[in-house]
Amino acid sequence: MTPILTFAAKEFRDGLRNKWIAGATLLLGGLAFALTFLGSAPTGLLDVKPLAVTVVSLSSLTIFLIPLIALLLGYDAIVGEAERGCLLLILTYPVSRLEIIVGKFLGHAAILAFAAIVGYGAAGAAAAWTGGGDAESWRAFAGLILTTVLLGLAFLALAYLISALVAERSTAAGIAVGVWLLFVIVYDLALMGALVASKGRIGAEIFPSLLLLNPADVYRLFNLTAFENVRKLSGMAGLSASVHFAPAVLLAVLALWSAIPLALAASVFARREV
Amino acid sequence: MSVVSIKDVGKAYGRLRVLDGISLGVPQGKCLALIGHNGAGKTTLMKLVLGLIRPTAGRIEVLGADPAVADKAFRQQLGFLPENVAFHEELTGADTLAFYARLKGLETTCCPALLERVGLSSAAERRVHTYSKGMRQRLGLAQALLGTPKLLLLDEPTTGLDPVLRQEFFEIIRQLTAIGTTVIISSHILTELEARTDLVAIMREGRVVAYGDLDTLRRDAGLPVTIRAKGDAALIAHRLNGAFTKTILADEQAIEIGCPLTQKMALLRTLASLGEICADLEIRPPSLDDLYLHYSGRPLSSTAEQGGRA
Repeated sequence: MTPILTFAAKEFRDGLRNKWIAGATLLLGGLAFALTFLGSAPTGLLDVKPLAVTVVSLSSLTIFLIPLIALLLGYDAIVGEAERGCLLLILTYPVSRLEIIVGKFLGHAAILAFAAIVGYGAAGAAAAWTGGGDAESWRAFAGLILTTVLLGLAFLALAYLISALVAERSTAAGIAVGVWLLFVIVYDLALMGALVASKGRIGAEIFPSLLLLNPADVYRLFNLTAFENVRKLSGMAGLSASVHFAPAVLLAVLALWSAIPLALAASVFARREV
Repeated sequence: MSVVSIKDVGKAYGRLRVLDGISLGVPQGKCLALIGHNGAGKTTLMKLVLGLIRPTAGRIEVLGADPAVADKAFRQQLGFLPENVAFHEELTGADTLAFYARLKGLETTCCPALLERVGLSSAAERRVHTYSKGMRQRLGLAQALLGTPKLLLLDEPTTGLDPVLRQEFFEIIRQLTAIGTTVIISSHILTELEARTDLVAIMREGRVVAYGDLDTLRRDAGLPVTIRAKGDAALIAHRLNGAFTKTILADEQAIEIGCPLTQKMALLRTLASLGEICADLEIRPPSLDDLYLHYSGRPLSSTAEQGGRA
């Protein structure tokens, strides 16, 4: 087993042991089930809403939840090991620092992917079983799961960057919460505020690019505009006319959002004094 | 050939000089003890030998390589037990050791024998958070012994261990040095090592203030031998006639005489010739604690100079 796989396997097993995997999967699965079936509760019928509606509501919820899960999962990946004293010992082993950080990241990524795929996948399977959804809605649902994993990886990479930069776990936790607030809440508010304040003068050229600077917005753009039937439901038809990125571009940007912070984290970690 | 060779090594963090002008050599199959107060620089020196940090002055060569730039094959030959070793609490002892074995590129089949060797076989399937301090140290030693290292570094391994466990530790170290493993062990208590090491380096404020085998250190220190004579204390003191430092004990039944090593036999002959006045003799050579206090308490000749530079 290579060192990278050894670290990844260990993180995944730790996730199994400390119930992170079970917790995250149940949380995501429960919410997905609720959103898929709950619309029918007032009428007393167990009726499945159109799958496209589920994609819209589920993606809105994911934007809040997945970044938080990813940040909590990863913020002490480096600094926690350093503080406990495990890192000092591991660094005397014949493994490189790059192998350590990549291995741990893959392990945590597997935890997130498992939770998203199993949690949302189960709800999707239940929806399919009760019958519903055309082919395009299913593609939208598959896209939702894929981008949910990518969104998780982006925030996991940010968590690793925080973890490699700071000297204390508590600092890392504080910054992680700050990063969550910034990307999930403050950024959009600030953007909206800027639009209103400038009376819409932030033109069509700049505004779309500004959305790409936030992985949560990239995720939102993909899930609300990539598929025709979802677009109609989400009220984004107007926006998507002015802000149109090809789905492949959005996926690539989302992937960059995990690659760049992770590369930065690796280079910071390589210089960290022990 | 020295397995570890350190020449004029210094390490500074900004303006803070943690190590200064360290020179040491440890031949193959020998055990070196680093002794010093907390903060004397023992752990920093170990980190330098392990290549975890780079020196700001001087040169270090370990197993024929510069540890700071050495490859994986170099690290394959190291074993390290950090002070306050920490493991993941949720793993069992066996799983923990298997994880470290895989990191070292070894088959996990070697693990049960190692656990047996450090006396953890019966607790191997228990989670680490149920382990006592001694059991954690045993597990720490087991991971340090993975792959039969050529150089073993143990940072305060015996602190807080009971005497039985300490004996077991030293027995394992003796077996290792017998097959050619070089060992560096640190402690802030010289007596804990019970003269089990070949070489001793006493560190103080980032410098080595004494280095050599214990006999050399004893001789260089020139500490007096204490001789306690029982009998008529006042009369003995009178007969010795002003020579030596003497303390008459409270009950006047015994006297303690501090005597330089070179005059020990002369004094003993004098005491023996006193006949009935001196009923019994007890000879106490300077203890390891005395020796340590002598070296670690000695003011550094260059303290003022060092202060000026810092």
